[in-house]
Amino acid sequence: MSPPVELPRWIDLIVLPAFNLALALLASGIVMLIVGHDPLQVVGLLVKGAFGSRLAVSYVLYYATTFVFTGLAVAVAYHAGLFNIGGEGQAVLGGIGTALVALALGDDLPAYIVLPAMMLVAVACGVLWAALPAALQAYRGSHVVITTIMFNFIGYALLSWLLVNVLRPPGTMTVESRSFGVGARLPGAHEALALVGIDWPRSPLNLSLLLAALAVVGVYWLLWRTRTGYAIRAVGHSPEAARYAGIDPPAQTMVAMAVAGGLAGLVGINEVAGVHGRLLLDYVAGAGFAGIAVALIGRSHPVGIVLASLLFGALYQGGAELAFEIPGFSREMVFTLQGLIVLFSGAMAQVAAPMFGRAWRSWQHRGGADAARERAHG
Amino acid sequence: MRGIDKRFGAIHANRSVDLRVAAGTVHGIVGENGAGKSTLMSILYGFYQADRGRIEVHGERVRIAGPHRAIALGIGMVHQHFMLVEPFSALDNVLLGAEPDWRITRARRQARAHLRALMRDTGLHVHLDAPVESLPVGERQGLEILKALYRGVRILILDEPTAVLTPQETERLFATLRELRSRGTTVILITHKLREVMALCDAVTVMHHGAVVLDSPIGQTSVDALAQAMVGRHVQLGRVAQPSKTTTDRGAPLLQAHSLRWRDPSGLVRLADVSLELREGEIVGVAGVSGNGQSELLEVLSGMLAPDAGEMVLAGRRFAAARWLDPAIARELGVAHVPEDRQRRGLVLPFPAWESAALGYQRAKRYSHHGWMDHARMRADCAVMMERYDVRPRDCDLRSSKFSGGNQQKLVLAREALHEPRVLLVGHPTRGVDIGAIEFIHQRLRALRDGGSAVLLVSSELDEILALADRVIVMGGGRITGALPIDACSEAVLGRMMGAGRVEETAA
Repeated sequence: MSPPVELPRWIDLIVLPAFNLALALLASGIVMLIVGHDPLQVVGLLVKGAFGSRLAVSYVLYYATTFVFTGLAVAVAYHAGLFNIGGEGQAVLGGIGTALVALALGDDLPAYIVLPAMMLVAVACGVLWAALPAALQAYRGSHVVITTIMFNFIGYALLSWLLVNVLRPPGTMTVESRSFGVGARLPGAHEALALVGIDWPRSPLNLSLLLAALAVVGVYWLLWRTRTGYAIRAVGHSPEAARYAGIDPPAQTMVAMAVAGGLAGLVGINEVAGVHGRLLLDYVAGAGFAGIAVALIGRSHPVGIVLASLLFGALYQGGAELAFEIPGFSREMVFTLQGLIVLFSGAMAQVAAPMFGRAWRSWQHRGGADAARERAHG
Repeated sequence: MRGIDKRFGAIHANRSVDLRVAAGTVHGIVGENGAGKSTLMSILYGFYQADRGRIEVHGERVRIAGPHRAIALGIGMVHQHFMLVEPFSALDNVLLGAEPDWRITRARRQARAHLRALMRDTGLHVHLDAPVESLPVGERQGLEILKALYRGVRILILDEPTAVLTPQETERLFATLRELRSRGTTVILITHKLREVMALCDAVTVMHHGAVVLDSPIGQTSVDALAQAMVGRHVQLGRVAQPSKTTTDRGAPLLQAHSLRWRDPSGLVRLADVSLELREGEIVGVAGVSGNGQSELLEVLSGMLAPDAGEMVLAGRRFAAARWLDPAIARELGVAHVPEDRQRRGLVLPFPAWESAALGYQRAKRYSHHGWMDHARMRADCAVMMERYDVRPRDCDLRSSKFSGGNQQKLVLAREALHEPRVLLVGHPTRGVDIGAIEFIHQRLRALRDGGSAVLLVSSELDEILALADRVIVMGGGRITGALPIDACSEAVLGRMMGAGRVEETAA
């Protein structure tokens, strides 16, 4: 049992994460060597694949958009002391909500009515999918970890049922809805930038990026500037102190989970309205779970989540590129790389902290001793 | 222990401390919070390593790399917060980590015989088969001592052992320690209750700012001398002389409670038919062996618990049991509450001080407008609180958990006092608080009273009640068993009432 060391912020927030990331890359390099790839070539290609062109950067940002939403969904719940594993299901529901509105209104009404309606309903569906487990936790004591996992399955089942039995156009074999009308298409980044005269390559990146930026700022303000955020964090740290302060912990559980669900629901806007233009089966594709890793690596802070989302976006994009460029480099190798980063930067983020603590202390001591000596001689 | 030196970062916790404890004696170590007592003992018990200095046990120089090594050398420690597995039986807790046989039933049989012998020798008594969570605090402590003795400990360190005990349990503990001493065990007692030191110890060491400032056989010192050495100045703890109030000039009633009753979830009646009245400008002390309804009384009056029956009139509003007030309403009506457990309730430990300094008042117009928190105002108020109540260090950005117990308590009290409460409910305001801060907190409570507030003071320290209260009520078994003006109170009278009034808890 060693005394906990208070690290200076710059070590805690910059040096330590950088060290962890370097460690993850080192471990990945060793794995690459064993499999018979040149680690330097792999890393070089990865970076080039993620940042080598405007198109690549667009893809990175597009992936990051989704991770920001799901990462924030985990983080907000975390600040209320809740582990929201239901980002996946909440995102699925957000997509369903988006699609239902788009299919109902997108053919006849203009975009400035349809798109806000889609967003509202996407958020509402996500909120619903989080609020049910939240209510079970807050008022009936069913653990939210278990219920949110279950709600992921129910969400996917609902999606399949809707697609197969309701939304699939008659006579088609693929399990997807018909394409949305023009009023329900969220403009891509290339379209938006073309309006202001910038030529940008066509990519899945769309205006949801701005929505994600708003969400980041909004979550920061909510948690640290508003009374609601104060109450949420008080409950998350100490339900007893919250009760003493006249805060009702179950109510804050509901609020935090509702916000989380709404954020996850916005994934539907990015993927369904922004990219595919129709409802299909796997538009979430594990992004809800990736959000857990993103929140973990980002320390549940909005700024950290942006950085972690970019990291994950780069890994997704660079990894896809690798699978193209290097013969025999499988998709699974990319997963390995991601897994190692989650392991070192997320799960073991604090393992190296005592080492830095000792180094910092002895450095301080030496500094202190030097100063004393200088004073003595000076 | 010689020349022990220990630093934590910028804090010099021990400055070349020398400590000599004679075998077979009870040795007291006293000092304010943060004086370095616990650090010194943690070094002896192997939790920390000293930066410099050496340790000799029974004349031999030793290196204590960890608690295992300490136990092997016959050094045991009973922590202030017990280290017990609550759902396990007392017997299994003793066994844990020191099983004499891998076949657990055999191990239990052997340990039981050994423990019976130990209990016979020491006069300790613990129900070996009861799960620890069902044992009263005094018995848990006995169990910790047995655990140490079972491991062959010859030097026993006790960290603030009486902080959680009732007066009776304290007496029993002291009898046990005297018995242990007569059998040759060395006892090191960390405490800041000076009268206990005078009553029990053979010698005493006083620490201040990490260094030893006084080292003396008990016969050559006094409570006053120790107190002065502890804080480095003269302190006044007794009752401050004041014109005693007659019943005619009592102030207007601020809070009236009638026939409050509360049953816990298992159906036990914890509060029965409690009626009381708090008036302007008085401190009402609630005496009683802890666990006799005082905590529940505070929680009911502050709105944290809703009673099953009874009613309360507060600031002209009447609250029936069915529509009880909640803590938010209570605060709006001018009821401030210094909770018994400041760490779990009074503060959000991971919050910076300035956020904890608004806890409970986050809805007040002072701090929030349309749902937005006014950080500038919160910080400014925190600085004011720290200044007025001498909270150290004066750092609003420091985490609440990083302040010492006394400073945390001062911050909570400062917060509750800032909003000029009409009624102040206070639970154990000086528990675990060092002597200099006790004096300060007492002054502040008197000042609030003199400003016209009503103060309800629950304390397990009779000294404190005698020093502060204008009248005293005694609780036993969830009932009020007596009420006295302060002039009629003495420790003997209250002690007798506390003992006599103890009604067995009745299942309803």
